[in-house]
Order: sequence, then structure tokens, then C-alpha cells
Amino acid sequence: MSAEAPPSPGRVYARGDGPVLRLSESEALTAVPSSPERMIINMGPQHPSTHGVLRLLLELDGETVTRCKPIIGYLHTGMEKTGETLTYLQGPTNVTRMDYASPLFTELAFATATETLLGLELPPRATWIRMLMCELNRIGSHLLFQATNGMDLGAVSMMLYGWREREEVLRLLEQITGLRMNHNYIRPGGVAADLPDGWRDDTLRLLEPIGGRLDEYDALLTGQPIWRERLQGVGVISAEECLALGVTGPILRSTGYSWDLRRHMPYLDYDRLSFDVICGTYGDSFDRYAIRLNEIRESIRLVRQILEGMPPGDYRVQDKKVTPPPRGRIDESMEALIHHFKIFTEGFKVPAGEVYAAVESPRGELGCYMVSDGGPKPLRMHIRAPSFINLQALPYLLEGRLVADAVAIISSVDPIMGEVDR
Amino acid sequence: MLHPTPAELPGTVEALRHAGYLQCLDVCAVDYLGAGHRDDLPPDVEAQRFEVVVTLISHQARGRIRLRVQVPEEEPRLPTLFDLFPGTENPEREVFDMFGIAFDGHPDMTRILMPEDWEGHPLRKDYAVGIVPVRFKAAGDTR
Repeated sequence: MSAEAPPSPGRVYARGDGPVLRLSESEALTAVPSSPERMIINMGPQHPSTHGVLRLLLELDGETVTRCKPIIGYLHTGMEKTGETLTYLQGPTNVTRMDYASPLFTELAFATATETLLGLELPPRATWIRMLMCELNRIGSHLLFQATNGMDLGAVSMMLYGWREREEVLRLLEQITGLRMNHNYIRPGGVAADLPDGWRDDTLRLLEPIGGRLDEYDALLTGQPIWRERLQGVGVISAEECLALGVTGPILRSTGYSWDLRRHMPYLDYDRLSFDVICGTYGDSFDRYAIRLNEIRESIRLVRQILEGMPPGDYRVQDKKVTPPPRGRIDESMEALIHHFKIFTEGFKVPAGEVYAAVESPRGELGCYMVSDGGPKPLRMHIRAPSFINLQALPYLLEGRLVADAVAIISSVDPIMGEVDR
Repeated sequence: MLHPTPAELPGTVEALRHAGYLQCLDVCAVDYLGAGHRDDLPPDVEAQRFEVVVTLISHQARGRIRLRVQVPEEEPRLPTLFDLFPGTENPEREVFDMFGIAFDGHPDMTRILMPEDWEGHPLRKDYAVGIVPVRFKAAGDTR
């Protein structure tokens, strides 16, 4: 670890002179830096390390970042507005496009919120399929992080390995849901389809090599001096600052603060599975890398337990109000045809009320705040996107670091811009 | 769930922070324009067009609490929570951007997702959804 003093907890409350450069885009054109030695430069939005279209205004003193402002909104497509025009059954097609690296979590938050308003009780198999899919998705998402993190730091072979393994995960997800991404698989009332034949063997065939390959990553990166040199002590944040900034997920856990919704506020059936909450110590980029690597191991552990315990039964709730009739019935029954038509055109009505449902996505607490006025479409559908909130920590992570470290730090925050901008 | 007035909001949040609600998860708003009668509010709370919803979490008690603040249409203003939870900076900017509800004392009350020179606040109910009409036939073809 570097011998730097820990950051003072007061800096997150600073207004004018803190690490956040509060400057509008038009002001930035003519802005005068706070001292003549400093200059303001622009990084992104089209920079390969900015994970999409993140733009940073950096105030530099030589090579050192003194202040920073993330500028977002380049991917804004008004998905919350769109969500108000879609029925509850169409909703998951919309929200699944927010966090495109872990789409099933947003679907889960949306579906859970809707089901809470409806007062639905899910059959156990639907719950366990959801857990299975979410943990597979978490593996895929963290592998994507390993790949891009490696790429950003110049470990190109890691990029290829991470991408290769993620591809295997996506192949299994495609087999189960029909799509590699944007699955629209978790829907209010259960999941879209039962697991296909041979899913158990295919899942085992996926898990088998990944465990060994994680050990290879360990050998390749974790102990490697260059890798450690570039990550350890880089982008340090304290638990107090994380709490003040609303930061959740691996960034909060990297400070040693143990908080994982799956463990501490269990949803689905996570309280029946055993797993460890991975925590760091120093709150630096290396801890965030190691946490995500080890969370893949925990997810594999979870998937193995889910394979053991997968209950038989129905994969969706048999409530005629929200569940379309089976395909076979439509051919023989006029009522079933009308029922099917009504559900997919008009949608089902959801009792008036408001609810907040949250899940632990690979990036932190992903919440869905939903307000219903009793109609077939939500009055308001808001997603609490973890990347959007976590991005606020970026100026504090970057303060006093070199521009070369900025790439490592952005990567360690692991923002998904689709979710940030929504 | 609590229903503070705009003026009471910072005090309530501060009291909750002392009571162990150490993280502010989210600030978002709802536009109830045209929603009709609302019976989900306690009798002493007068419904207004806008509602700002603040979600706090207590890790110790393992529970969340929601604060629903009624914000009148004529004066869409609230005191900021920045000094208590600096993490509300981005969500408050988003509420300002999408609903035009300003937060007094916020260090950077500017648009966040929409372009800086955008007019209007997209998530208000009286802001129409843009629709590009679908043309099924080529222009001029009357068959």
C-alpha cells in the first residue's frame, strides 16, 4: 500500500473547492482554472476507456488530476418516460435495456415491484429460476468487468479471456431465454418459459472450466507486480464517504463495509443458500478488482446450490389475471384466445399504490420505485440505477491521481452508461 | 413512510440520520397531474401536483424508509439535502432536469441528462411523448 494519508471525510461535503468541478459545459469553454498552473481538459465521450459515452472534464495540475466532473446524458433515451406508456407486461422489454451487461437484474426489480403491488405469491420454481438466472448473469457481468479492466490496464490477454468466458455464459443465457442480451425473461408473475431440456448439464458444463480459469486469472494478474503496482492504493475511498455519497455494491464493500442485499435484506430465496459476502480492506482499485473476481466464485457456489435445490412445479404464477393461457388452449378455446388477446393488448390492471423494490445487482443496489394509479400502465416507473449514483464517487477517487490512473479508476467503478443515462 | 412538508424535510432527514439511516439511496419525483383523487395520503396532508420521494436505508435496522414530500405546482422548490447526504447531488439534479423542481442551496442546480439548452421538463405529465408516425406505404401511392 502507498503511504498516503487516508482522505479526509469532510471532502464529500465541500461545495466550491472540493474535488468535484462544478462547471457547466458552456462555462467550460471559457473557464479559467483555479490557478495558472492548472488547465481544464476533456476526456471522452469517445474514449475507449470510458466504457461507452462517459465524458469527464478534468482539471489538471501537470499530470495530476485536481478536480473532475463527469458529464453524462449522451445515452439518455427517456426510458422512464417510455415506461409510463408501456403496460406492465411490456415493461421488462424497456427496463432490460438499461443495464445491458446485467439485464436480468433490472427485469427482476421491475417484476418484483409489480408483483408487490399485485400481491402475488410466486411458485418456488419461479423464484429459483430467477436466482439461477441472476447468478449466471452476475458471473457474466463480472467477467465483462475483468475483461474491460484488463484491457484498460494493458493486460490484453485478460480481455480476450474475460470475453471468451462471458461468451460461454451468454450462450447458456441464450439457450434458456432465447436472447444473448435484453432477455425480457423475468416478467411479472414468474419467468417467460421453463428451463429447457438439458439445462442442468449445460450449466454444469459451463461452470466446470470457469472455476479453473479463475485460478488462471489469479496466476496471471493477482500476484503480478505490475498489476498490483497499477491498482494498489489507486482510487482510495473510505466507508464514510461511500455512505455519504450513496455508493453501494463492490465499491462500498471494498472499504470493508459488509453490505450485500442478498445477505442482509434477503429477497427471493437467498436466505436458504450459503455464500460469503466478499469485502475488501483498503477501498482501492485492487480491492474492487479482487472483490469482483471472488464474487464470480461465490456465484458459482450459489449456482451449484441452486442446481441441487431447484424445486419442481410451475415456472409462473397461475393467476389468470396476469398469466396468459398456454399456447395449446388458444387453438381450442375462444375464451382463451380472447383472454390472451386482452392480456397482450390491454394489459392487466394493477391496484393503486406505490412501492420500492430493490435487488443486489453486480453494481450495487438496483431499485425500482413504481407508482400505480390502478390502470394497466404505471403512473411512474423510476429505476434507482447503481451506476448513476456510484459515478458520484469518481471525482473523489480521481483526486490527486495521475491521468494514467484515471483509466484504471473509471474501470474499477464499472459504470454501465446505459443505466447511468437511462 | 413519512410525509414531511418541504420546510420540514432537512430536519426530518437529519433526525433519521442520527437514528441510524446512514445512507440516502434515492431522490425521485412523481407528477400526479390528472391522477384524480388520492387516498394514499394521511388526512392531514394536502395532495399537490408533485411529490418528491426520498428513500433512506438503515443498515443496522435493515430497513428502508420513504419520505414523500408534497410540492405545489406554483412553487416547485425544496431545500437541498446535499449538506446531509452529498450523494443526493446527482438525483436532485435529475429531478430538476426531469420535473423542474429546484433544490435551494444545491451546489450545482443544472440539467444532468438533457442538453443544457433544452426547454421543458420531460417527465412532467403535460410534456408529450414524441412520436414518429409510421408510414406503411410510400408517399404518393394511393392504393
